Amino acid sequence: MSPTSDRLLTVADGCLVLSHRLSEWMSNAPTVEEDIALGNIALDLLGQARSLLSYAGSLGDPVRTEDDLAYFRDERDFRNVQLVERPWGRDRPDFAVAMARLLVLSCYLHALYSALVTSTDETVAAVAAKAVKEVDYHRDHASMWVVRLGDGTDESRDRIQAALGEEWRYVDELFDGSFVPPSLLASGVAVDPSMLRPAFDARVGAVLAEATLAVPEVIPAVTGGRRGVHTQQMGFLLAEMQHLTRSHPGATW
Amino acid sequence: MVTAQAWDVAASVPDPEVPVVTIEDLGILRSVDVDESGAVQVAITPTYSGCPAMDTIRADLHAAFGQAGYDDVRVDFVLAPAWTTDWLTPEGRRKLEEFGIAPPTRRPEPGGVVPLTLSVRCPQCGSPDTRELSRFGSTSCKSLWACNVCREPFDHFKAH
Repeated sequence: MSPTSDRLLTVADGCLVLSHRLSEWMSNAPTVEEDIALGNIALDLLGQARSLLSYAGSLGDPVRTEDDLAYFRDERDFRNVQLVERPWGRDRPDFAVAMARLLVLSCYLHALYSALVTSTDETVAAVAAKAVKEVDYHRDHASMWVVRLGDGTDESRDRIQAALGEEWRYVDELFDGSFVPPSLLASGVAVDPSMLRPAFDARVGAVLAEATLAVPEVIPAVTGGRRGVHTQQMGFLLAEMQHLTRSHPGATW
Repeated sequence: MVTAQAWDVAASVPDPEVPVVTIEDLGILRSVDVDESGAVQVAITPTYSGCPAMDTIRADLHAAFGQAGYDDVRVDFVLAPAWTTDWLTPEGRRKLEEFGIAPPTRRPEPGGVVPLTLSVRCPQCGSPDTRELSRFGSTSCKSLWACNVCREPFDHFKAH
Protein backbone atom coordinates (compact mmCIF):
# COMPACT_ATOMS: atom_id res chain seq x y z
CA MET A 1 0.00 0.00 0.00
CA SER A 2 1.32 3.42 -0.95
CA PRO A 3 0.88 6.26 1.58
CA THR A 4 -1.74 7.90 -0.69
CA SER A 5 -3.63 4.65 -1.05
CA ASP A 6 -3.60 4.04 2.71
CA ARG A 7 -4.82 7.56 3.42
CA LEU A 8 -7.57 7.21 0.79
CA LEU A 9 -8.79 4.08 2.55
CA THR A 10 -9.43 5.98 5.79
CA VAL A 11 -11.97 8.13 3.93
CA ALA A 12 -13.26 5.40 1.58
CA ASP A 13 -13.79 2.85 4.36
CA GLY A 14 -15.55 5.46 6.47
CA CYS A 15 -18.02 6.18 3.67
CA LEU A 16 -18.50 2.47 2.90
CA VAL A 17 -19.17 1.39 6.48
CA LEU A 18 -21.41 4.38 7.22
CA SER A 19 -23.33 3.66 4.01
CA HIS A 20 -23.84 0.05 5.08
CA ARG A 21 -25.03 1.07 8.55
CA LEU A 22 -27.41 3.68 7.08
CA SER A 23 -28.92 1.07 4.78
CA GLU A 24 -30.17 -0.71 7.93
CA TRP A 25 -32.73 2.12 8.24
CA MET A 26 -34.44 1.16 4.99
CA SER A 27 -38.01 0.21 6.03
CA ASN A 28 -37.19 0.99 9.69
CA ALA A 29 -37.22 4.82 9.70
CA PRO A 30 -40.13 6.73 11.31
CA THR A 31 -41.70 7.61 7.92
CA VAL A 32 -41.40 6.35 4.37
CA GLU A 33 -39.92 9.71 3.28
CA GLU A 34 -37.18 9.17 5.85
CA ASP A 35 -36.53 5.64 4.56
CA ILE A 36 -35.97 7.19 1.15
CA ALA A 37 -33.87 10.06 2.48
CA LEU A 38 -31.53 7.76 4.40
CA GLY A 39 -31.38 5.40 1.42
CA ASN A 40 -30.39 8.33 -0.80
CA ILE A 41 -27.73 9.44 1.66
CA ALA A 42 -26.38 5.89 1.89
CA LEU A 43 -26.24 5.75 -1.91
CA ASP A 44 -24.28 9.01 -2.14
CA LEU A 45 -21.78 7.71 0.42
CA LEU A 46 -21.50 4.40 -1.42
CA GLY A 47 -20.73 6.28 -4.63
CA GLN A 48 -18.02 8.28 -2.89
CA ALA A 49 -16.60 5.08 -1.38
CA ARG A 50 -16.55 3.39 -4.80
CA SER A 51 -14.66 6.26 -6.45
CA LEU A 52 -12.12 6.36 -3.64
CA LEU A 53 -11.72 2.57 -3.35
CA SER A 54 -11.26 2.22 -7.12
CA TYR A 55 -8.57 4.88 -7.06
CA ALA A 56 -6.86 3.50 -3.94
CA GLY A 57 -6.84 0.02 -5.49
CA SER A 58 -5.37 1.32 -8.76
CA LEU A 59 -2.36 2.76 -6.90
CA GLY A 60 -1.44 -0.51 -5.19
CA ASP A 61 0.83 -3.32 -6.34
CA PRO A 62 -0.83 -5.62 -7.19
CA VAL A 63 -3.69 -3.49 -8.49
CA ARG A 64 -6.96 -4.28 -6.70
CA THR A 65 -10.54 -3.50 -7.68
CA GLU A 66 -13.14 -1.74 -5.55
CA ASP A 67 -14.76 -5.12 -4.90
CA ASP A 68 -11.45 -6.70 -3.83
CA LEU A 69 -11.07 -3.96 -1.26
CA ALA A 70 -14.67 -3.86 -0.06
CA TYR A 71 -15.35 -7.58 0.13
CA PHE A 72 -12.05 -9.38 0.55
CA ARG A 73 -10.28 -7.48 3.28
CA ASP A 74 -10.56 -8.50 6.92
CA GLU A 75 -11.40 -6.35 9.90
CA ARG A 76 -7.85 -5.31 10.76
CA ASP A 77 -7.29 -4.02 7.22
CA PHE A 78 -10.22 -1.57 7.39
CA ARG A 79 -9.13 2.01 8.12
CA ASN A 80 -12.45 3.66 9.07
CA VAL A 81 -12.97 5.55 12.33
CA GLN A 82 -14.96 3.68 14.97
CA LEU A 83 -17.89 6.12 14.97
CA VAL A 84 -19.20 4.82 11.62
CA GLU A 85 -19.29 1.16 12.68
CA ARG A 86 -21.25 1.60 15.91
CA PRO A 87 -24.78 0.16 15.98
CA TRP A 88 -27.69 2.61 16.04
CA GLY A 89 -28.47 2.12 19.71
CA ARG A 90 -27.76 -0.21 22.62
CA ASP A 91 -30.87 -2.37 22.57
CA ARG A 92 -32.71 -1.26 19.46
CA PRO A 93 -32.15 1.25 16.64
CA ASP A 94 -32.76 4.82 17.86
CA PHE A 95 -33.50 7.46 15.24
CA ALA A 96 -31.99 10.11 17.54
CA VAL A 97 -28.66 8.27 17.38
CA ALA A 98 -28.88 8.23 13.59
CA MET A 99 -29.46 11.99 13.37
CA ALA A 100 -26.78 12.81 15.97
CA ARG A 101 -24.24 10.71 14.06
CA LEU A 102 -25.28 12.01 10.67
CA LEU A 103 -24.89 15.59 11.92
CA VAL A 104 -21.39 14.89 13.26
CA LEU A 105 -20.21 12.99 10.21
CA SER A 106 -21.78 15.21 7.55
CA CYS A 107 -20.23 18.30 9.18
CA TYR A 108 -16.88 16.50 9.34
CA LEU A 109 -17.09 15.24 5.74
CA HIS A 110 -18.17 18.66 4.49
CA ALA A 111 -15.11 20.26 6.09
CA LEU A 112 -12.86 17.47 4.77
CA TYR A 113 -14.13 17.52 1.17
CA SER A 114 -14.12 21.34 1.11
CA ALA A 115 -10.40 21.20 1.93
CA LEU A 116 -9.66 18.34 -0.49
CA VAL A 117 -11.16 20.24 -3.44
CA THR A 118 -7.72 21.89 -3.72
CA SER A 119 -5.76 18.64 -3.27
CA THR A 120 -2.76 18.42 -5.60
CA ASP A 121 -3.98 14.94 -6.54
CA GLU A 122 -6.39 15.50 -9.44
CA THR A 123 -8.55 12.44 -8.76
CA VAL A 124 -8.91 13.25 -5.07
CA ALA A 125 -9.83 16.84 -5.96
CA ALA A 126 -12.44 15.64 -8.50
CA VAL A 127 -14.09 13.21 -6.07
CA ALA A 128 -14.12 15.91 -3.37
CA ALA A 129 -15.66 18.55 -5.67
CA LYS A 130 -18.52 16.18 -6.43
CA ALA A 131 -18.94 14.83 -2.91
CA VAL A 132 -18.99 18.20 -1.15
CA LYS A 133 -22.25 19.10 -2.90
CA GLU A 134 -23.77 15.80 -1.78
CA VAL A 135 -22.76 15.96 1.89
CA ASP A 136 -24.12 19.51 1.96
CA TYR A 137 -27.60 17.98 1.53
CA HIS A 138 -26.86 15.37 4.21
CA ARG A 139 -25.75 18.07 6.63
CA ASP A 140 -28.86 20.08 5.91
CA HIS A 141 -31.08 17.07 6.51
CA ALA A 142 -29.41 16.11 9.81
CA SER A 143 -29.45 19.74 11.00
CA MET A 144 -33.20 20.07 10.43
CA TRP A 145 -33.88 16.86 12.36
CA VAL A 146 -31.56 17.70 15.27
CA VAL A 147 -33.27 21.09 15.65
CA ARG A 148 -36.70 19.47 15.48
CA LEU A 149 -35.81 16.78 18.04
CA GLY A 150 -33.87 19.09 20.38
CA ASP A 151 -36.46 21.84 20.36
CA GLY A 152 -39.29 19.29 20.41
CA THR A 153 -40.90 17.25 23.19
CA ASP A 154 -39.27 16.23 26.49
CA GLU A 155 -38.88 12.71 25.10
CA SER A 156 -37.26 13.75 21.80
CA ARG A 157 -35.01 16.24 23.57
CA ASP A 158 -33.80 13.72 26.16
CA ARG A 159 -33.08 11.15 23.47
CA ILE A 160 -31.16 13.42 21.10
CA GLN A 161 -29.11 14.87 23.98
CA ALA A 162 -28.30 11.36 25.24
CA ALA A 163 -27.45 10.25 21.70
CA LEU A 164 -25.11 13.20 21.22
CA GLY A 165 -23.36 12.31 24.47
CA GLU A 166 -22.72 8.74 23.31
CA GLU A 167 -21.58 9.76 19.83
CA TRP A 168 -19.37 12.55 21.12
CA ARG A 169 -16.94 10.10 22.74
CA TYR A 170 -15.87 9.16 19.21
CA VAL A 171 -15.59 12.68 17.77
CA ASP A 172 -11.94 13.33 18.70
CA GLU A 173 -10.84 10.37 16.58
CA LEU A 174 -12.11 12.17 13.45
CA PHE A 175 -9.63 15.01 13.97
CA ASP A 176 -6.60 12.97 15.00
CA GLY A 177 -3.95 13.87 12.43
CA SER A 178 -1.24 11.57 13.77
CA PHE A 179 -1.86 8.86 11.17
CA VAL A 180 -1.38 11.12 8.12
CA PRO A 181 2.11 10.76 6.62
CA PRO A 182 3.89 14.16 6.72
CA SER A 183 4.96 13.65 3.09
CA LEU A 184 1.30 13.76 1.95
CA LEU A 185 0.70 16.99 3.84
CA ALA A 186 3.85 18.56 2.39
CA SER A 187 2.88 17.61 -1.18
CA GLY A 188 -0.64 18.95 -0.72
CA VAL A 189 -2.33 15.61 -1.49
CA ALA A 190 -3.90 15.20 1.97
CA VAL A 191 -5.09 17.62 4.64
CA ASP A 192 -4.39 17.51 8.37
CA PRO A 193 -7.74 16.56 9.97
CA SER A 194 -6.95 18.63 13.07
CA MET A 195 -7.20 21.73 10.86
CA LEU A 196 -10.85 20.90 10.16
CA ARG A 197 -11.92 21.13 13.81
CA PRO A 198 -12.73 24.88 13.97
CA ALA A 199 -15.13 24.70 11.00
CA PHE A 200 -16.74 21.59 12.48
CA ASP A 201 -17.13 23.12 15.96
CA ALA A 202 -18.64 26.30 14.52
CA ARG A 203 -21.20 24.49 12.39
CA VAL A 204 -22.23 21.83 14.91
CA GLY A 205 -22.24 24.45 17.69
CA ALA A 206 -24.66 26.64 15.70
CA VAL A 207 -27.03 23.73 15.05
CA LEU A 208 -26.98 22.60 18.69
CA ALA A 209 -27.61 26.18 19.87
CA GLU A 210 -30.63 26.45 17.58
CA ALA A 211 -31.80 23.07 18.87
CA THR A 212 -31.41 24.33 22.49
CA LEU A 213 -29.02 21.43 23.09
CA ALA A 214 -25.72 21.44 25.00
CA VAL A 215 -22.40 20.53 23.38
CA PRO A 216 -21.54 17.30 25.23
CA GLU A 217 -18.61 17.20 27.62
CA VAL A 218 -17.48 13.61 27.76
CA ILE A 219 -14.30 11.60 28.17
CA PRO A 220 -13.21 10.45 24.67
CA ALA A 221 -13.30 6.73 23.95
CA VAL A 222 -10.08 4.81 23.38
CA THR A 223 -10.11 4.35 19.61
CA GLY A 224 -7.84 3.25 16.80
CA GLY A 225 -9.96 2.65 13.72
CA ARG A 226 -7.44 4.16 11.32
CA ARG A 227 -4.83 1.69 12.60
CA GLY A 228 -7.28 -1.18 12.03
CA VAL A 229 -8.39 -1.48 15.66
CA HIS A 230 -12.17 -1.77 15.68
CA THR A 231 -15.06 -2.33 18.07
CA GLN A 232 -16.71 -5.69 18.58
CA GLN A 233 -19.59 -4.73 16.25
CA MET A 234 -17.31 -4.31 13.22
CA GLY A 235 -16.91 -8.06 12.72
CA PHE A 236 -20.68 -8.60 12.64
CA LEU A 237 -21.08 -5.72 10.19
CA LEU A 238 -18.45 -7.13 7.83
CA ALA A 239 -19.92 -10.62 8.08
CA GLU A 240 -23.23 -9.30 6.80
CA MET A 241 -21.70 -7.01 4.17
CA GLN A 242 -19.20 -9.53 2.79
CA HIS A 243 -20.71 -12.98 3.17
CA LEU A 244 -22.56 -13.14 -0.16
CA THR A 245 -19.54 -12.16 -2.25
CA ARG A 246 -17.27 -14.49 -0.29
CA SER A 247 -19.69 -17.40 -0.61
CA HIS A 248 -19.99 -16.87 -4.37
CA PRO A 249 -16.71 -15.28 -5.50
CA GLY A 250 -16.86 -13.76 -8.97
CA ALA A 251 -20.67 -13.94 -9.18
CA THR A 252 -22.32 -11.22 -11.25
CA TRP A 253 -25.92 -10.20 -11.71
CA MET B 1 -17.80 14.90 -39.73
CA VAL B 2 -17.37 11.35 -38.44
CA THR B 3 -17.18 12.67 -34.90
CA ALA B 4 -20.38 14.67 -35.40
CA GLN B 5 -22.20 11.53 -36.53
CA ALA B 6 -20.88 9.59 -33.55
CA TRP B 7 -22.01 12.40 -31.24
CA ASP B 8 -25.54 12.07 -32.66
CA VAL B 9 -25.52 8.33 -31.94
CA ALA B 10 -24.46 8.91 -28.31
CA ALA B 11 -26.83 11.85 -27.92
CA SER B 12 -29.82 9.70 -28.90
CA VAL B 13 -29.43 7.46 -25.81
CA PRO B 14 -32.25 8.15 -23.31
CA ASP B 15 -31.70 8.45 -19.59
CA PRO B 16 -32.77 5.10 -18.03
CA GLU B 17 -34.58 6.79 -15.10
CA VAL B 18 -36.26 9.59 -17.05
CA PRO B 19 -36.53 8.24 -20.60
CA VAL B 20 -38.09 11.41 -22.03
CA VAL B 21 -34.71 13.15 -21.81
CA THR B 22 -31.50 12.03 -23.46
CA ILE B 23 -28.10 11.90 -21.81
CA GLU B 24 -27.24 14.94 -23.95
CA ASP B 25 -30.25 16.88 -22.59
CA LEU B 26 -29.08 16.12 -19.04
CA GLY B 27 -25.48 17.18 -19.65
CA ILE B 28 -24.22 13.70 -18.77
CA LEU B 29 -22.60 13.23 -22.19
CA ARG B 30 -19.27 15.07 -22.01
CA SER B 31 -17.36 14.10 -25.15
CA VAL B 32 -17.31 11.78 -28.16
CA ASP B 33 -14.12 11.21 -30.15
CA VAL B 34 -13.48 9.04 -33.17
CA ASP B 35 -9.86 8.29 -34.12
CA GLU B 36 -8.48 7.44 -37.59
CA SER B 37 -9.06 3.70 -37.12
CA GLY B 38 -12.75 4.36 -36.38
CA ALA B 39 -12.47 3.63 -32.64
CA VAL B 40 -14.97 5.62 -30.60
CA GLN B 41 -14.26 7.01 -27.15
CA VAL B 42 -17.20 8.37 -25.16
CA ALA B 43 -16.96 10.20 -21.83
CA ILE B 44 -19.96 10.46 -19.51
CA THR B 45 -20.21 11.94 -16.01
CA PRO B 46 -22.52 10.87 -13.16
CA THR B 47 -25.13 13.27 -11.80
CA TYR B 48 -24.43 12.04 -8.24
CA SER B 49 -21.49 9.88 -7.07
CA GLY B 50 -23.78 6.96 -6.35
CA CYS B 51 -25.93 7.23 -9.49
CA PRO B 52 -26.92 3.60 -10.18
CA ALA B 53 -27.83 4.37 -13.79
CA MET B 54 -24.22 4.73 -14.99
CA ASP B 55 -23.69 1.05 -15.84
CA THR B 56 -27.01 0.95 -17.73
CA ILE B 57 -26.07 4.08 -19.68
CA ARG B 58 -22.74 2.50 -20.59
CA ALA B 59 -24.52 -0.64 -21.84
CA ASP B 60 -27.08 1.46 -23.75
CA LEU B 61 -24.25 3.42 -25.42
CA HIS B 62 -22.58 0.19 -26.53
CA ALA B 63 -25.90 -1.05 -27.94
CA ALA B 64 -26.59 2.24 -29.78
CA PHE B 65 -23.13 2.31 -31.35
CA GLY B 66 -23.38 -1.38 -32.26
CA GLN B 67 -26.62 -0.71 -34.16
CA ALA B 68 -25.03 2.26 -35.92
CA GLY B 69 -22.21 0.05 -37.15
CA TYR B 70 -19.41 1.02 -34.78
CA ASP B 71 -17.80 -1.99 -33.15
CA ASP B 72 -14.80 -0.49 -31.33
CA VAL B 73 -16.33 1.64 -28.57
CA ARG B 74 -14.98 2.63 -25.17
CA VAL B 75 -17.10 4.41 -22.54
CA ASP B 76 -15.23 6.21 -19.75
CA PHE B 77 -16.63 7.78 -16.58
CA VAL B 78 -15.20 11.20 -15.78
CA LEU B 79 -15.68 13.07 -12.49
CA ALA B 80 -14.15 16.48 -13.22
CA PRO B 81 -15.56 19.00 -13.71
CA ALA B 82 -18.41 17.92 -11.43
CA TRP B 83 -21.84 17.69 -13.07
CA THR B 84 -24.23 20.53 -12.37
CA THR B 85 -27.86 21.16 -13.29
CA ASP B 86 -26.58 24.24 -15.17
CA TRP B 87 -25.67 21.77 -17.92
CA LEU B 88 -29.27 20.80 -18.56
CA THR B 89 -30.19 22.05 -22.01
CA PRO B 90 -33.26 24.31 -22.49
CA GLU B 91 -34.74 21.41 -24.46
CA GLY B 92 -34.06 19.08 -21.52
CA ARG B 93 -35.75 21.46 -19.08
CA ARG B 94 -38.81 21.68 -21.33
CA LYS B 95 -39.07 17.89 -21.66
CA LEU B 96 -38.73 17.39 -17.90
CA GLU B 97 -41.58 19.78 -17.23
CA GLU B 98 -43.78 18.11 -19.84
CA PHE B 99 -43.05 14.77 -18.19
CA GLY B 100 -44.25 16.13 -14.83
CA ILE B 101 -40.87 16.88 -13.21
CA ALA B 102 -40.30 20.49 -12.16
CA PRO B 103 -36.94 21.56 -13.64
CA PRO B 104 -34.19 22.86 -11.31
CA THR B 105 -34.22 26.44 -10.09
CA ARG B 106 -31.14 28.64 -10.46
CA ARG B 107 -28.12 27.50 -8.47
CA PRO B 108 -26.50 29.94 -6.04
CA GLU B 109 -23.05 31.11 -7.16
CA PRO B 110 -20.41 29.69 -4.80
CA GLY B 111 -19.41 32.56 -2.50
CA GLY B 112 -21.52 34.96 -4.53
CA VAL B 113 -24.92 36.48 -4.08
CA VAL B 114 -27.49 33.90 -3.05
CA PRO B 115 -30.54 34.37 -5.27
CA LEU B 116 -33.96 34.53 -3.65
CA THR B 117 -35.39 31.05 -3.61
CA LEU B 118 -38.21 31.36 -6.10
CA SER B 119 -40.98 28.89 -5.55
CA VAL B 120 -41.03 25.70 -7.57
CA ARG B 121 -43.87 25.82 -10.08
CA CYS B 122 -46.23 22.83 -10.18
CA PRO B 123 -45.62 20.99 -13.47
CA GLN B 124 -49.27 19.81 -13.57
CA CYS B 125 -51.26 23.03 -13.05
CA GLY B 126 -48.55 25.70 -13.17
CA SER B 127 -49.28 27.14 -9.72
CA PRO B 128 -46.34 28.60 -7.77
CA ASP B 129 -48.13 27.67 -4.50
CA THR B 130 -46.23 24.45 -3.72
CA ARG B 131 -44.41 22.91 -0.76
CA GLU B 132 -41.46 20.57 -0.28
CA LEU B 133 -42.42 17.22 1.27
CA SER B 134 -38.95 15.70 1.36
CA ARG B 135 -35.51 16.89 0.35
CA PHE B 136 -34.84 13.39 -1.00
CA GLY B 137 -37.03 11.88 -3.72
CA SER B 138 -37.29 8.75 -5.84
CA THR B 139 -33.75 9.23 -7.19
CA SER B 140 -30.72 11.11 -5.86
CA CYS B 141 -31.27 13.98 -8.28
CA LYS B 142 -34.88 14.71 -7.29
CA SER B 143 -36.82 16.01 -4.27
CA LEU B 144 -40.49 15.37 -3.52
CA TRP B 145 -42.99 18.24 -3.64
CA ALA B 146 -46.75 18.74 -3.52
CA CYS B 147 -48.97 21.41 -5.04
CA ASN B 148 -51.28 23.29 -2.64
CA VAL B 149 -53.70 24.13 -5.46
CA CYS B 150 -54.20 20.95 -7.52
CA ARG B 151 -53.08 18.76 -4.56
CA GLU B 152 -50.92 16.57 -6.77
CA PRO B 153 -47.49 15.42 -5.62
CA PHE B 154 -44.60 15.89 -8.06
CA ASP B 155 -40.85 15.44 -8.41
CA HIS B 156 -38.51 18.41 -8.55
CA PHE B 157 -35.09 18.08 -10.18
CA LYS B 158 -32.81 19.50 -7.46
CA ALA B 159 -30.54 22.43 -8.31
CA HIS B 160 -27.09 20.92 -7.89
